[in-house]
Amino acid sequence: MNIQKSTVIALCSVLEAALDPDKQISSAEVAEKYGISPHHLAKVLRRLGRAGLLESSRGVGGGYRFCGNAKRTTLMDVIALFEDKIVEPDKQFEKQYATAVERAIAQVLVEIDETAKAVFNSITIATMIGLIERQGRSRP
Amino acid sequence: MKANNKTKTAAAPPAPASAPDTPADYLIRPVRAGDLEKLIAVDAQITGIQKAEYWRQRFRGHVARKDQSSHFLVAEKNSAIEGLIIGEIRDWEFGTPPCGWVFGISVRPEARLSGVATRLLDALCASFRLAGMTKVRTLLVSDDLLVMKFYRSQGMMAAPIITLERKLD
Ligand SMILES: CC(C)(COP(=O)(O)OP(=O)(O)OC[C@H]1O[C@@H](n2cnc3c(N)ncnc32)[C@H](O)[C@@H]1OP(=O)(O)O)[C@@H](O)C(=O)NCCC(=O)NCCS
Repeated sequence: MNIQKSTVIALCSVLEAALDPDKQISSAEVAEKYGISPHHLAKVLRRLGRAGLLESSRGVGGGYRFCGNAKRTTLMDVIALFEDKIVEPDKQFEKQYATAVERAIAQVLVEIDETAKAVFNSITIATMIGLIERQGRSRP
Repeated sequence: MKANNKTKTAAAPPAPASAPDTPADYLIRPVRAGDLEKLIAVDAQITGIQKAEYWRQRFRGHVARKDQSSHFLVAEKNSAIEGLIIGEIRDWEFGTPPCGWVFGISVRPEARLSGVATRLLDALCASFRLAGMTKVRTLLVSDDLLVMKFYRSQGMMAAPIITLERKLD
């Protein structure tokens, strides 16, 4: 599965902010922590802001805060803002490919996409926070 | 999964009539013969399908198992059944070491989002733990998002099991 860089940045930004919704997160710190270009991060944050997941504040350095519903927002809700392919796996592969070989490969890829979709759709930001906390306990 | 230590106490002050339900308002206990008709009605309300004979068989099967491997719990409030969970300890199912399986969980729509299912699962897990199990597992349809989100919220992740099927043509 191919997830775009912007999607990974979006997931990291949302999760960082959702870990402490009362806190203003500094975008410069997030850019440094995850090794992302501040310009790319700003673009992603604008998109997340328009979707109502983050609230950004201007001013020195700029910051943002999680303002979505962590219990009702799934990973797919975030991913769908940046990826079209995972949301709609190509079930029409039988018509699109001329050869049986390509159709068989497409059938396997659709199976993988369908599984990914089910996983992303069922995991909420709140569930991820639980996972992050358990990960943090085992290794800071 | 965290153990459930919220027990119902007779000394608790009565909640005001308008207060939302809390998990402690429900008594989680093993199913009894007298629950059967209520269970049939609750299931018909949730699934929209009347399955009286299925539930009678399921109950008989549960009672007949003398080895403590079958678990069938209900959530009760004011003498009404608001939810149920069915589980079983299965040895070497699909070639995997003994573990606790959850076969079904449901809560009446009116009682949802009050932590009832969480308490039912906690109670089932406590029984599995007492029986020496270290894992709980379930199987569900991948587009059943409501139940999937519930299990995910309880920290459940994919098991090393894949279901496969093919058309019988
Ligand atoms: C899935 C089900 C058992 C959950 O019961 P419940 O008592 O409402 O669950 P809880 O209150 O313990 O919820 C625990 C967590 O699950 C998740 N959850 C439950 N319902 C949810 C919903 N509608 N949307 C998103 N997440 C949900 C949440 O993370 C919730 O935590 P929160 O309340 O802090 O947000 C119930 O919705 C149900 O019975 N659904 C039908 C099941 C069915 O068809 N069974 C028959 C075949 S098995």
